[in-house]
Amino acid sequence: MKNFDYIRPETAAEARDAAARPGARLLAGGTTLVDLARAGAETPDLVVDISRLAAAEPRLGAIEALEGEGGSGGETLRLGALVTMARAEADPTLRLAAPAVAQSLALAASPQIRNMATLGGNLLQRTRCPYFRDPAAFPSCNKRAPGSGCSALGGPWKGRAALGATASCVAAYPGDLAAALVAFDAVVEIAGPEGVRDLPVAGLFLTPLDAGSAARDTGLAPGEMIEGIRLPASAAAARSTYLKIRDRASYEFATVGVAAGLDLGPDGTVRDARIALTGVAPVPLRARAAEAALLGAPLTEEAAARAGRLAFAPDPAGPDSDAPDPGAARFKLTLGPRVVARALLTLGGLA
Amino acid sequence: MTAEILAPFLPRKHGSADDGLPEGVLGGRLARIDGPAKVTGAAAFSLEHRPEGLVYMALVRAPVAAGALTVDAEAARAAPGVVATLTPETFPALASASDWTGAPGPEGPWRPIGPEARWMGQPVAAVVAETWEEAAEAAALVRISGEDGAAFASDLHAPDAPEGFAMEPADIVWGDAEAALAGAETVIEATYRTPREHHVAIEPHGMIAQWDGDRLTIHEPSQWVDGMARAHAERFGIPFENVRIVSPYIGGGFGSKAMAYAWSALAIQAARDLGRPVKLALTRAQTFTALGGRAATRSTLRIGADAEGKLVGIDLNSASETSLDAIWPENPGPPASEMYAVPNFRARHRLVQVNSVTPGALRAPGESPGAFGLECAMDELAWALRMDPLSLRLKNYAETDPRSGKPWSTRRLREAFAAGAERFGWWDRPLAPRSMREGRELIGWGMASGAFPVINTPAEARVRIGTDGRAEVLSGGTEMGQGTYTILAQTAAEAIGLPAGAVSVRLGDSELPGAPVSGGSQLANLMTGAVMKAARAARDELVALALTHPASPLRDAGNDLEISGGRLRAPRDGGEGVSIADLFAATGAPGIDVMRDTLPEGSTAQDRFETFTTVTRMGRGANSPTASMSWIAHFAEVRVDEDFGTVRLSRLVSAVDAGRLYNPRLAESQVKGGAIMGIGMALLEEGVIDRRFGRAINDNLGDYLAPTQADVPGIEVIDVGVPDYDASALGGKAVGEIGIVGVAPAIANAVFHATGKRIRDLPITLEKVLETPAFA
Repeated sequence: MKNFDYIRPETAAEARDAAARPGARLLAGGTTLVDLARAGAETPDLVVDISRLAAAEPRLGAIEALEGEGGSGGETLRLGALVTMARAEADPTLRLAAPAVAQSLALAASPQIRNMATLGGNLLQRTRCPYFRDPAAFPSCNKRAPGSGCSALGGPWKGRAALGATASCVAAYPGDLAAALVAFDAVVEIAGPEGVRDLPVAGLFLTPLDAGSAARDTGLAPGEMIEGIRLPASAAAARSTYLKIRDRASYEFATVGVAAGLDLGPDGTVRDARIALTGVAPVPLRARAAEAALLGAPLTEEAAARAGRLAFAPDPAGPDSDAPDPGAARFKLTLGPRVVARALLTLGGLA
Repeated sequence: MTAEILAPFLPRKHGSADDGLPEGVLGGRLARIDGPAKVTGAAAFSLEHRPEGLVYMALVRAPVAAGALTVDAEAARAAPGVVATLTPETFPALASASDWTGAPGPEGPWRPIGPEARWMGQPVAAVVAETWEEAAEAAALVRISGEDGAAFASDLHAPDAPEGFAMEPADIVWGDAEAALAGAETVIEATYRTPREHHVAIEPHGMIAQWDGDRLTIHEPSQWVDGMARAHAERFGIPFENVRIVSPYIGGGFGSKAMAYAWSALAIQAARDLGRPVKLALTRAQTFTALGGRAATRSTLRIGADAEGKLVGIDLNSASETSLDAIWPENPGPPASEMYAVPNFRARHRLVQVNSVTPGALRAPGESPGAFGLECAMDELAWALRMDPLSLRLKNYAETDPRSGKPWSTRRLREAFAAGAERFGWWDRPLAPRSMREGRELIGWGMASGAFPVINTPAEARVRIGTDGRAEVLSGGTEMGQGTYTILAQTAAEAIGLPAGAVSVRLGDSELPGAPVSGGSQLANLMTGAVMKAARAARDELVALALTHPASPLRDAGNDLEISGGRLRAPRDGGEGVSIADLFAATGAPGIDVMRDTLPEGSTAQDRFETFTTVTRMGRGANSPTASMSWIAHFAEVRVDEDFGTVRLSRLVSAVDAGRLYNPRLAESQVKGGAIMGIGMALLEEGVIDRRFGRAINDNLGDYLAPTQADVPGIEVIDVGVPDYDASALGGKAVGEIGIVGVAPAIANAVFHATGKRIRDLPITLEKVLETPAFA
């Protein structure tokens, strides 16, 4: 492992200043950075340890209900970026307000990792692509070394993206939490040299096409730091679930992960529907066409199946024409729609 | 009705094998005596030693699978903290070690690293530095360039894999299988595949090597201290006695820690060059390419039966992969030959050389993949005949060894079938697949059986009784979680008449009395045998001291004494007796120290050396009048969500005949451990090979999927064995590996019963379930 400088700033402002330096990386729970540094996929020059920052900046480590900010008159829940996954998953307010979010945490990683890993760090975890993670064996990786090519393209890694992959990068975004947050319009609070800005979680992540390069996973600028997540209350979030499909019953990233929420009227009509996917594309994907197709009608097996198909249909507006063959992940195009349908049926009491 | 046929074979006693014996005797359920040290961290594992002056080695691996390499270590040599670099160009000539049969290696110089890549990930250079971090960083600076476009073979299952060569001496033939199959009423033919599997022991491999003059001490997790010491000694041209391997604890071996791998010579050489102790700890990723797991296998089976389901012929054509460097057969032939009474049989095996590290032993080599093919094929035959799969097995029950014609020492497989079927509720099983459903889950029940041969090697043991009244057992045999410490304490306690807590055990040190490899499920039998002999001798000396020493309070108390709870008494004397410590105090005797062995009378020093450092003295031999195996029957229930293809094992009942169990608690635990590896084999484990590069891409514990607790339902282990004194001196058979054998086919057969989908290549992952049509 390359030598690096290590600092532990006292305040968030100091941390952001340090993070703006070239080659700097923030260290919170360490479960991603240390892992990737050991693998040689991350080679920081400066590690800025923010894991104890909540002592000076309590909001970074707090879960708070913000009165009167909810989209539908309810409360918005604010989760500090340094709240651990374990703490958030056990939080009774979160479990009530957005079961899908709590479940997405509880089904992720292992208890040991969830005890260390933070919510901010979880959002920023990088792809599990094995070619990205092993520079000694696979020098070609556009995400790690722009312009070097993509070793995963044409390989046997079934964790790769089935939707939205490009010839430059077929890596899939692996996180569970992000999908659940995207489904329910959560917002990240980002502090940086230019002040504080809000960004929908869905807008945080960049595809290789968005970013113009596979190397950049998010729109965060140097020196910017996620300080909190705001999750607005909604009826769909309150009636939500996270369905994670994988071969191993625990401690495996999602082969397909689906966060879904429904608001049903008294007559069973769908008033609001939320669907987001993970493990299938370079970024967590909101399935808006599928959501729209469910509105105004009762939830049936057929409607759920159709929503599933729409969620995995190529986006007509998207630049999918030059998308590479889904290869080892082709089966996700069969599996994925069924996962969406089952999640919806579960919420509708039809599963 | 088969259930009734089996009724006489139901054991009279059900439940665990607990027969109420006290813990301090063989057969008692004493908890692992090394447990507290392990859970508190007091147990020092090999790589935790910190000798003064320690430096750290990092390996550099070949970035390509084949072709000439140029290794440039200049930048690494100049990196901070670096004290040595080892490259093919500069590495001194060593000598080849003999193989595990004692056959000498090739003449001439031998080097653990060479200028040619034989597989991707092969260790080809190393860097030594003052800290591990410096060594690892400098290793990344070693520039290795390979030839462009050098051809290589990635793996057995690649479409363009070489044909390989026939391993004719391993052919097993009786009768005329071809003719029998031609005349059979029903013949099924299918090909079964198992992938490359890895041990993923939680403790990765490595060593700390330290020289003192021409004496070498190695701290290294080792399943075979004497065998590995011999290899190190031969390579470095020093006497066997000059090498000491210390390995008191092993964090999982499963067959992977019994060989002195080539890379270990890098650390030993560097330690000699530098005059400092050198630590080489493989990274998790390196354990995937520096040592071999289970070779991938392919078995094409044809099984023919008459209209009643009586087998008329079995033909097996199998292949396994090996490396370019060595022959390692993972042969499904022997297991296919030992299960069923069949008049015509032929098994042939081929070896296919690919550019991988040489495969190795992984729990139940041959038997485990062999049972997968055979026991799935039997299930396919049962369905073709519309017969119950267990009834088909009973109809073809082998009353004698089909291959040799010898009687079995014991074969309580029928009892295992009976007990397992009853506990599982097998007889309620509907014959047709897709008959059971709950909500969106299909439920299936499958079963399979398996065997593992009983082998034995002589051993030595030393037993001391100290003046404090405690006993000590000493042996070079090893503990890797299977319970050696515990059962040897029980053995000595029983033989001498001590509470188990008054016996301490030292293991895993080549300076201690000799022991053969802890492998082949042989160690428990052979070590309890040797320790029982030594401990009885120690007891006899103790009694003689008490009866004859002038100062003994028990002088002339009779012809013999009773010893229990650490106190000596005259027979039929109900009194307090005399404690062992008081006896030593009264007599001034210095304690007792005896060494015994189970080698043949008149064995020479060379016999001893070969017994403990090779496998040549292992086995029962062709002259044994009986064939001896452990047997197991597994009954599995799976739940399959057909929309997703996910398979979850919901019940497993495993009924085992492993002869006498020296400690039922630990034996059950071993069977469960084996079964859990079987669950992994069935559903999860696979080195995913990228054929463009020739290497597994999932070389970490996150992506190489071994079962987690959530994948393991409660496993019920039922002991149906009886003491088998023909199999071993104290009546045990083979426990260590039998648990895995047959689990994968039981699960695959349950998946078929749930879904009608026959998946013949492991693991049964969700996309295979999605993509396989039912009843195809």
